[in-house]
Amino acid sequence: MPALCRDCLIQLETERRCPACGSPRILAHPELFGLSIAHMDCDAFYASVEKRDDPSLADKPVIIGGGKRGVVSTACYVARIRGVRSAMPMFQALKLCPDAVIIRPRMQAYVEASRAIRALMEELTPAIEPLSLDEAFLDLTGTERLHGAPPAVMLAKLIKRMHDELGLTGSIGLSHNKFLAKVASDLDKPRGFSVIGAAETDAFLADKPVGLIWGVGQATRSSLENAGIRTFTDLLRWEQSALTARFGSMGYRLWHLARGQDKRRISAHEPMKSISNETTFFEDTNDPDILDGHLWRMAEKVSDRAKAKQLAGRVVTLKLKRADHSGLTRRLSLRDATQLADTIYRTARNLFDQVGDQGPYRLLGCGLSDLCSEVDADKSGDLLDPGATKRSEAERATDAIRQKFGSEAILKGRALR
Amino acid sequence: MKFSIERGALLKAVSQAQSVVERRNTIPILANVLIEAEGEQVQFRATDLDIEVVDKTLAQVERAGSTTVSAMTLHEIVRKLPDGALVSLTADSAAGRLTVEAGRSNFSLATLPREDFPVMASSDYQTNFSVAAAVLRRLFDKSKFAISTEETRYYLNGVYMHVAESDGGKVLRCVATDGHRLARIDADLPEGAGDMPGVIVPRKTVGEMRKLLEDDELMIAVSVSETKVRFATPDVTLTSKVIDGTFPDYTRVIPQGNTRRLEVDAAEFARAVDRVATVSSERSRAVKLQLEEDRLILSVNAPDSGAAEEELAVAYSDESLEIGFNAKYLLEISSQVDRENAVFMFNSAGDPTLMREGNDQSAIYVVMPMRV
Repeated sequence: MPALCRDCLIQLETERRCPACGSPRILAHPELFGLSIAHMDCDAFYASVEKRDDPSLADKPVIIGGGKRGVVSTACYVARIRGVRSAMPMFQALKLCPDAVIIRPRMQAYVEASRAIRALMEELTPAIEPLSLDEAFLDLTGTERLHGAPPAVMLAKLIKRMHDELGLTGSIGLSHNKFLAKVASDLDKPRGFSVIGAAETDAFLADKPVGLIWGVGQATRSSLENAGIRTFTDLLRWEQSALTARFGSMGYRLWHLARGQDKRRISAHEPMKSISNETTFFEDTNDPDILDGHLWRMAEKVSDRAKAKQLAGRVVTLKLKRADHSGLTRRLSLRDATQLADTIYRTARNLFDQVGDQGPYRLLGCGLSDLCSEVDADKSGDLLDPGATKRSEAERATDAIRQKFGSEAILKGRALR
Repeated sequence: MKFSIERGALLKAVSQAQSVVERRNTIPILANVLIEAEGEQVQFRATDLDIEVVDKTLAQVERAGSTTVSAMTLHEIVRKLPDGALVSLTADSAAGRLTVEAGRSNFSLATLPREDFPVMASSDYQTNFSVAAAVLRRLFDKSKFAISTEETRYYLNGVYMHVAESDGGKVLRCVATDGHRLARIDADLPEGAGDMPGVIVPRKTVGEMRKLLEDDELMIAVSVSETKVRFATPDVTLTSKVIDGTFPDYTRVIPQGNTRRLEVDAAEFARAVDRVATVSSERSRAVKLQLEEDRLILSVNAPDSGAAEEELAVAYSDESLEIGFNAKYLLEISSQVDRENAVFMFNSAGDPTLMREGNDQSAIYVVMPMRV
């Protein structure tokens, strides 16, 4: 069976230990050198960056998350052993692991680490589809002659370089499509390398729960359960037409996934559909001034991102979550696309004023969608709001000042609320 | 109730009714038209709770009475009957049916009790005046294109009808704007209209009222209160709530100091704008106007689809100027000009531009330029 030493990267036939370096980390699979669709997922990414930057944390349980009522964003593997999971409320995590070191997220550091990983991946293939800062799909089809080694070797090398050069670890899933590659990367974490070959696909999926599918959350799972579908084998019993009739386009996808089929391509340039930002407050609030401050900051963040991507949007969305976690969203279409924080804020503020709900709220978000190029945006003023032109000029001037002196150089008063 | 009526008269009354009725309705009775027969007259009444229309017409009434029936179904039936047919309508209140007969056609329609039909509360109209249909038609036709559809500024979703002071004294004025363009149309103040409160006539009402104004000479009785407005001809009475809001102070929007004067044949200008805008596929097509001495160059440059340019001979003697507009807005305002040349008054590429017909101050338009 084709095999590979994950430490010295030599290709061999199945051995118990690497004859060259003596490492026991041998990866063997009948299709090992024929597969080329991969998913790379960093291990406890935020926590790993923190541990790398502060070696004294190495053997301590580390939790990344914020505030006294925040949730766990990432827990390192030491904390995970104690039962801490991401998205767990912080107080619960602290109950399980009172000696945990809690660190507020340092997004800038994570973005930098992510960029460094991205640079390494780009040496393998241009077909990279990042899902977030710490995971991405890679399509290495047709790169074997270029690199002089099959994809599996190059991926093992990527993980090794991430470890040696960046001090970060990750896991690889290698298969024949995106769905299975993503499933595989999760099988053997941390520092895993899992392969799902075409021949074993059906047997592998058979008794797995459908919740394995990315995008099948609690709601879909329970509606599937109502139809008597819990595992992939259950899914196989359904005709394509019946699944589509019952679950729409999701049903169509499920039918194919049940057979291990996923035709989605790995595309580096998926056009952006919307830009949004949201924030969970430290304390629930219905104070209009505080909410107004949040609204402005969210609008400004959305606007900054739109400007950075040279985009503008025609639909502004306001999202609120009440203290009891029930949510509400409001949206409004503008006649002209905008990328201005002032317009996004005023529109969202208008929506907010019309909500007619006293709160208190725990979360506020703001979004921009129906995107287009900035060339078509903010082209004409408003007869009835002569100040709009001045405000938009002021915003452009503010942007120029920030460009030169940093993002804190000039702020609106309401940003401080 | 039982009466017979000529198909043409019935169609006219029923079509007015069904256009007021909302297409999508959650309250079944609001989809119906109330038919009341008495003496020699039949009355058709329909409402969407904001607008009520009552159409009276002569008929041979055999038995007085009333019922309500789906306005849309009745309209469809009458529309499909042959011209000149005599239609007879008979209500059977016990069975809850209305029978419609014409020639060999026979229809039986479900009815709802007339007691359920909401009748709009009458208002104390503080102003009553009468004005020729042609005058009202001009006021509303020339302004309605500028009505906004924006939900947030709901007070712009109609035409602001009010009494205003102009150079020649008091006038009856209609103003509409959506923030990008504005129309301000004046007419001589009709007798008795002097103390009329300013009201915002909703878009739908403007459309329904327009149907009453086909006959130039017909005098329309207008009644206005703070909350309602009524337009009546001898046959049709249209009552509508007005928009409960304050129309913004439009006077400061109308530029006073624009000095750069362009005079151009409106029809020729509109055709040229239409032609050059063809190459642009954007949602808001921007047209650039380059003004030089007695020369106007219209151009569109759409990087993705192409470019177009057209030159017009015009009267212009000021400094050269480049300014951009939404092609649709230019077309709309220039199509309002029907007698003389269009006169544009510019200031700068960023300021609102004013347009009028010759030197006629009774209809002026303002349009906001756009970045090109």
